[in-house]
Amino acid sequence: MNMKERLAIPPTPMPEQSPAVRIRNLDEVPLGYTPEMAMLEARRCLQCRTPFCVEGCPVGIDIPGFILAIEEGDFERSIRIMREKNLLPAVCGRVCPQEEQCQRSCTVGKARKDPSESVMIGKLERFIADWEREHGTSALPAEVRSSGRKVAIVGGGPAGLTVAGDLVRFGHEVTVLEALHKAGGVLVYGIPEFRLPKSIVQKEVDYLQRLGVRFRYNHVVGRTTPVRSLLDEHDAVFIGTGAGLPRFMRVPGENLLGVLSANEYLTRANLMKAYHFPRTDTPIAKGATVITVGGGNVAMDCARTALRMGAGRSLIVYRRAEEQMPARLEEVHHAREEGVEFHLLQNPVRLIGNEKGWLTGTEIQRMELGEPDPSGRRSPVPMEGSEFIEQADVLIVAIGNSPNPLIPRAFPELEVTRWGGIVVNEVTGQTSVPGVFAGGDIVLGAATVILAMGHGRRAARAMNLYLSSGRWTDLAEAMELCRAEVR
Amino acid sequence: MYPILRKKLLGPDIWMYVFRAPEIAANRSPGQFVIIRICEEGERIPVTIANSDPKEGTITLIIQSVGKTTLQLSGMDVGEAIPDITGPLGMPTHIEKRGTVLCIGGGIGTAPLYPVARGLKEAGNRVVSILGARSADLLILEDEMRSVSDRVVITTDDGSRGMHGLVTDAVRMLVAEGETFDECVTMGPPIMMKFVSRLTEELGIPTVVSLNPIMVDGTGMCGCCRVTVGGETKFACVDGPEFDGHKVDFDELMMRLATYRTEEKQALDHYLGESGCRLASRIEGPKP
Repeated sequence: MNMKERLAIPPTPMPEQSPAVRIRNLDEVPLGYTPEMAMLEARRCLQCRTPFCVEGCPVGIDIPGFILAIEEGDFERSIRIMREKNLLPAVCGRVCPQEEQCQRSCTVGKARKDPSESVMIGKLERFIADWEREHGTSALPAEVRSSGRKVAIVGGGPAGLTVAGDLVRFGHEVTVLEALHKAGGVLVYGIPEFRLPKSIVQKEVDYLQRLGVRFRYNHVVGRTTPVRSLLDEHDAVFIGTGAGLPRFMRVPGENLLGVLSANEYLTRANLMKAYHFPRTDTPIAKGATVITVGGGNVAMDCARTALRMGAGRSLIVYRRAEEQMPARLEEVHHAREEGVEFHLLQNPVRLIGNEKGWLTGTEIQRMELGEPDPSGRRSPVPMEGSEFIEQADVLIVAIGNSPNPLIPRAFPELEVTRWGGIVVNEVTGQTSVPGVFAGGDIVLGAATVILAMGHGRRAARAMNLYLSSGRWTDLAEAMELCRAEVR
Repeated sequence: MYPILRKKLLGPDIWMYVFRAPEIAANRSPGQFVIIRICEEGERIPVTIANSDPKEGTITLIIQSVGKTTLQLSGMDVGEAIPDITGPLGMPTHIEKRGTVLCIGGGIGTAPLYPVARGLKEAGNRVVSILGARSADLLILEDEMRSVSDRVVITTDDGSRGMHGLVTDAVRMLVAEGETFDECVTMGPPIMMKFVSRLTEELGIPTVVSLNPIMVDGTGMCGCCRVTVGGETKFACVDGPEFDGHKVDFDELMMRLATYRTEEKQALDHYLGESGCRLASRIEGPKP
């Protein structure tokens, strides 16, 4: 097949549950490729000699390599190539913003003059990970000799799981200390079942366990054990505790009943399975009209969850315009298909309750776009006198998170930024305390799963070098040297 | 898993449980709490730690059976284990020598108060305690409190033990007798803490309260436990659970505690319906 023929193949759509059906269940929305669909889609890849897609991938997956193996029908080889760089392909294939990463720089998309017609790398990644799970191959890599070094990973989210998987394969003894009763961090408490089935996350955690990673649950570092003993008992520590403190709007009425943070709403629904209440014990606020404030992926997750919890109307209220919404296009598209209403350039200024303290509505002010702010986005400016009342029974605040203060409080030697994030060396993830590394949202602020994994990947490499050489002061330079030697 | 090593009925529906949890036992301080989850489909509930024994590796929790989770727990036998205990969480009580400290416990609030009173006594304070309950059978840890207090006043709403009246009546009585207090620590139902705080504010006694809002994760992640203190929103799980009683908005706290009242009843009915009358009879429990 020549290049022209390959370029002529249109993108292969992935079948989805229809909106009317899916808002009545919790099952995944996109249903996945069949092997035939995947092989057809794989044929669209041009196998570029300089693969720009790989440069766009935070963990550097050999994208042409795994796609070629799919095209040839050698799925086992494909997943092996994938696992070399990505330990959580079933997760990343579903939640990575591929359109901003690998698929953005894809030559096919450029040639067709439409980035949305790039090779569907994310869908192929999901396919190959699902194929592996269904066929139960997930072969373990050859066992490595133990280094005798002990590593503690604080926080079992995307960053921590990546570090754990990499370091255990370098032969280190790895223990993940997780504060909740399940591992996965945002993958289990935040991202809803219909976007990322929890059984998939569990399989990935099981895989790490089979590789030899130990998991300890209900372990809050600095509380269950002092930070000192953590440092004394391990040769290196990675902190990946995430951005776990929800921000509120600071408007009157925010503590009314029926007003909750996105974290609380999603944690009740996902981690605590409140959608099965009373078969499960955790309840969740339900209402005929649910307003979600915010324009990111988390806001979309809340608005779509509300529909599945039985809301008649689910509204997104966002203070900027649609093109400024940080959510992925696919998420916005899915939400709109399901009937979520988008109320843009609007901002709640006051929440109103009844005599029992339950939310009944919110006063909303219209906004207009003003001058660009330092981030380059035109900032919203309130329109005086434009206020009106919108009725609502539940209001979910999804305007972001700040870093969790537990670790910095328990660990005062750790240098933190003004907003509370941990200060690290960008190349290595080293913190101000020798032997301690950090990555993910506790460093980045609220970002994405794959960026956290990219952080974890780099930190793991640096930690491995530190564990084998004992070098700390010139670790970044040493890493550069190693990389140069490999080249 | 966290096994129940011992279990004892202290009053009607009031159970004391001793769980094996060595790390928590070794690292907890008075005033801190744990989050427990008693089964796979279970909810996460906060419980203030009543006592611990680092040598034995155990913690003591005192829990009243009022809803589905607490009732189901009371049906578990010694030797059985619950899947999750997380902690210790929250900021420890600030304990120092202040002079004379008034400790007021209401109902099972006396359970978390006991380690604080003991700490205050050990720090060299003169400790005066008021223990209040609806009726005599609901008074708990009286002997323990006596062992760490210089003076103890008992009050019951129905007059079945001690002074007939509320804990605030006892405070007024003590002050009328000429007692002076440098600090007050009070733990119990929010309504009681509200009126104690109102009174001690009038009397000019600095007052610490321990709040018990609804929580999910207990680590600052969800914000469910937010309370207004001095006009500012605080998270009880990481900023508390203890706050200046004169600054807490108790009405908001009580309102928020009622958020899931309908669902709490629904969960209990569902549980009783499924488990049949055998367990339903356990609501009462054997008499002590």
